[in-house]
Amino acid sequence: MSPSPGDLVLDAQDLHKTFHTGRGGLRRARVSAVDGVSVQLRAGESLGIVGESGCGKSTLARMLVGLERPDSGSIVVNGRDVTKVRGRDRRLLRADVQMVFQDPYTSLDPRMTVLELIGEPLVVHNRVTGAAARRDRVAELLGLVNLAPELMHRYPHQFSGGQRQRIGIARALALEPRVLVCDEPVSALDMSVQAQVVNLLRDLQQRMGIALLFIAHDLSVVRHVADRTAVMYLGRLAEVGDTDTVYDEPAHPYTQALLSASPVVDRNRRRLASRIMLAGDPPSPSDPPSGCRFHTRCRFQQSRCAEQTPSLRPLGERTVACHFAEEVRQAASATS
Amino acid sequence: MHASADSTSRALEVRGLSVTFATRRGTVPAVVDVDLDVARGELVALLGESGSGKSAAARAMMGLSAPNATVSAETLKLGDTDLRALSEQQRRKLRGTRMAMVFQDALSALNPVLSIGDQLGELFREHRDLSRRQARAAAIDLLAQVGIPAPARRISDYPHQFSGGMRQRILIAMAIALRPELIIADEPTTALDVTVQAQILELLDSLRRDLDMAVLLITHDLGVVSEVADRVMVMYAGRVVEAGSADDLLSRPAHPYTEALLRSVPRADRREGRLHAISGSPPSPANQPAGCPFHPRCEYVVDECRTTRPPLTVLSDNDTRLAACHRSEEVRHVAVAG
Repeated sequence: MSPSPGDLVLDAQDLHKTFHTGRGGLRRARVSAVDGVSVQLRAGESLGIVGESGCGKSTLARMLVGLERPDSGSIVVNGRDVTKVRGRDRRLLRADVQMVFQDPYTSLDPRMTVLELIGEPLVVHNRVTGAAARRDRVAELLGLVNLAPELMHRYPHQFSGGQRQRIGIARALALEPRVLVCDEPVSALDMSVQAQVVNLLRDLQQRMGIALLFIAHDLSVVRHVADRTAVMYLGRLAEVGDTDTVYDEPAHPYTQALLSASPVVDRNRRRLASRIMLAGDPPSPSDPPSGCRFHTRCRFQQSRCAEQTPSLRPLGERTVACHFAEEVRQAASATS
Repeated sequence: MHASADSTSRALEVRGLSVTFATRRGTVPAVVDVDLDVARGELVALLGESGSGKSAAARAMMGLSAPNATVSAETLKLGDTDLRALSEQQRRKLRGTRMAMVFQDALSALNPVLSIGDQLGELFREHRDLSRRQARAAAIDLLAQVGIPAPARRISDYPHQFSGGMRQRILIAMAIALRPELIIADEPTTALDVTVQAQILELLDSLRRDLDMAVLLITHDLGVVSEVADRVMVMYAGRVVEAGSADDLLSRPAHPYTEALLRSVPRADRREGRLHAISGSPPSPANQPAGCPFHPRCEYVVDECRTTRPPLTVLSDNDTRLAACHRSEEVRHVAVAG
């Protein structure tokens, strides 16, 4: 009963998440990690989420897989709002959205064999009965991620980083999820093995019709993996759209700055010298700027930006949250 | 573009550097027979993956190797000073004054209970005999030089009060405080966001120009190398496998490892089909294949590669370029996608 391509498999609307830090009293601070973010994923589609540390992309991922409960907003999977159901139902629904973690060294229990690691979700969810069936299914899953089934009796430390990440992916695939949420799945890997894992995820998405939510700080990897790309800044979406559009004609000043700061391996070197300078560091999410949260670092900033929060609005093949997106897009095409 | 520094401007000269670690399972060769020069005003990148020996090599040059490491070298010179002939105390004096290191993790490299002013000022008071007040003024100047806003106000702040990018700037400020001839930066931007990384790379680039310092940049990131390096040395399994000017090495690699890496990195400026994936993973230093260490992963492998390790040799068409591959001439003539 795999969904046909184009079906909406995940629909998250207006998610908010605020964390409280400090001991209370005067030091108590509210960190607005995700502030009104909506994302949709269709079967067989990949959505990339880019942004710098502290932009809320990992919090968003954790809410989507159920590791974090949103303060408000809805997450509809398979037509049911998973934020409203409790207990057993909730767990069953959650099986449809699985996560691949960043660090394959700490996300696998060192005392479990690969068979136990990948078999655990199968047993917990009663997907298999009997040891033989479990072994067969684990062998099948290992095959999917291009690992030899004979390796199932080994322990995580006997594998390289790339192989461990494959095991993590096989484990996430065990329950035949419709959505795979990958939080920085290659950033902890050696550069010569990153491509293996990127290709594998792309194959699984295209062959099995799994929807992929791919979170990364590396813009080059996202360009390669994602059909659509969302750019986040301080808990909000700055720009969302078709990947080629967002990368080739960015209409948000932050997208432009991020792209121009990303190092590129190229014969045409020293591109950074001509990049768009961003003044200072990202502001703290515990005290976000008023209006447009990017206005303190924006080169197109005007008085209106500090007062009015720009909402996401359509512009060509993307939506963008900037009062002056038309001018910004023009400026980008003029300089490139 | 010079391939190796001439003797007048040479800040660092290394010949035959080897580092071995004593472990419970015997000795592990981490760095084998590395030659390296860095001239003043030059930025050389040492590129490699985990276990390639790049950090062990850098630490050995600084004299900061772990207690279980054995370092040997035919030549290890900072300017005209033979580092091998110095006592531990003399080398300690040299660190900070003539050579300095910038680490990856700025939060653990700074002392959390001393203010930034005290940590920077200590350098001037220890090495330059400045008074407390003079040291403070010098520290403020330095912070301004590395681009910290309102340095006079921030000088009394503690490390945790700064952002990651600012802390990395402070580390760089400490490294350049006494105008060393050489800075070794070990993955200085790996923990930073791209917009901040770009600022730090630009800072390193301008400092070595303005202050005529030699910079050895240890990195795993081809993009970073491409942006700032004059010359590149590529390390694999403890050895240098390819070296040369960044322009030539990145556009016409002569070692299959470099060539495959260049093809495997995705690009932000355009989209391709499948990425070129290199099979397998880098070998652990304790367990290296016979012959050429890259041969199990190499597309160009021939029988000779399995038995005979190719030496690092000069290429026939460019005497400033080196590669350790039996088939480097062929690799060099394959056009790189890009």
